[in-house]
Amino acid sequence: MTQPAAAQSLPLPADWRDFFALTKPRVMSLVIFTGLCGLLAAPGRINPVLGFTAILCIALGAGGAAALNQWWEADLDAGMRRTRERPLPAGRMERGAARDFGLLLSAASVLIMGLANGVLPAVILLISIIYYAVVYTIWLKPRTPQNIVIGGGAGAFPPLIGWVAATGEITLMPVVLFAIIFMWTPPHFWALALFVQSDYAKVGIPMLPVVAGEAATRRQILIYAVLLLPLSLVPWWIGGTGAVYGIAAAALSVVFLALSARVGLRRRTGPDDSMRPEKQLFAWSVLYLFALFGALVVDRWLV
Amino acid sequence: MPERPESDPVDHSARRKKVIAQRNVAMALVLVFFVVLFFAITIAKMSH
Repeated sequence: MTQPAAAQSLPLPADWRDFFALTKPRVMSLVIFTGLCGLLAAPGRINPVLGFTAILCIALGAGGAAALNQWWEADLDAGMRRTRERPLPAGRMERGAARDFGLLLSAASVLIMGLANGVLPAVILLISIIYYAVVYTIWLKPRTPQNIVIGGGAGAFPPLIGWVAATGEITLMPVVLFAIIFMWTPPHFWALALFVQSDYAKVGIPMLPVVAGEAATRRQILIYAVLLLPLSLVPWWIGGTGAVYGIAAAALSVVFLALSARVGLRRRTGPDDSMRPEKQLFAWSVLYLFALFGALVVDRWLV
Repeated sequence: MPERPESDPVDHSARRKKVIAQRNVAMALVLVFFVVLFFAITIAKMSH
């Protein structure tokens, strides 16, 4: 065999961009933001290098968990329009490489967090990775339509980790921040699931709209939005924040509730329904979390 | 699995080399970043 022919028989290795895509950069941006807000909203001051390291580790941990998620769900992703161009289902990467990359990132994030920020935030980071990669991805997601409710805990960890990295202890405030994201996740994901439900149904993922139907999903979205409104105000009520956060949280949550009510009280008009209210709720839910946690930091530093 | 090329083997070989070179550069940058980060963490912990 000539040298070019030998080279041709070798597969093209995955590009570095494919490894980057494995970390779900768009999801990671929200994780980094909420983690940073938890760190900045915490009382006291943290050394900037250690603060940067904490956020880096939160991002690496989230990226590692996302890579493990994609490794496990490669076959499912191949069956969904939204995910079939990811590196694994598109055939640009070997599964083993994704698994090893996920494990490496996860282990590195926990070890570095432990060295720089202490054992407690490192343990919480490890729990969050296991929670997302194992409890949510492997255990809950394919088994129960409540997967999003319990799995939402995985996305709720970053502000808790950021806060604990800054203070070294778990108090009521970071737990409330955890609870806010926990309560925010179901309406956020179910709004998305309502307008991509045919894809989830195709690959057999028991998302609530697929299993319990649209009416039940819309009702649940409304229930969680109702609960989220008072919960978002708890940081203000317990004296953890000032009025700037309180007013911002009230305004943001009222809009969230109004959009959720519109989704919760309507029915699909037919196969040609554009699902505009559901898409608006999904878009607002992303903006909501950015704005709410932004208000938390503004309240702490600028007022 | 990554796709196999149907085109010119020389072209495939060149693409393969390019991808590997880019990965090596990315890995080197990551390693240098972590060397600097660990140095900075050490200084920060010592001055704490």
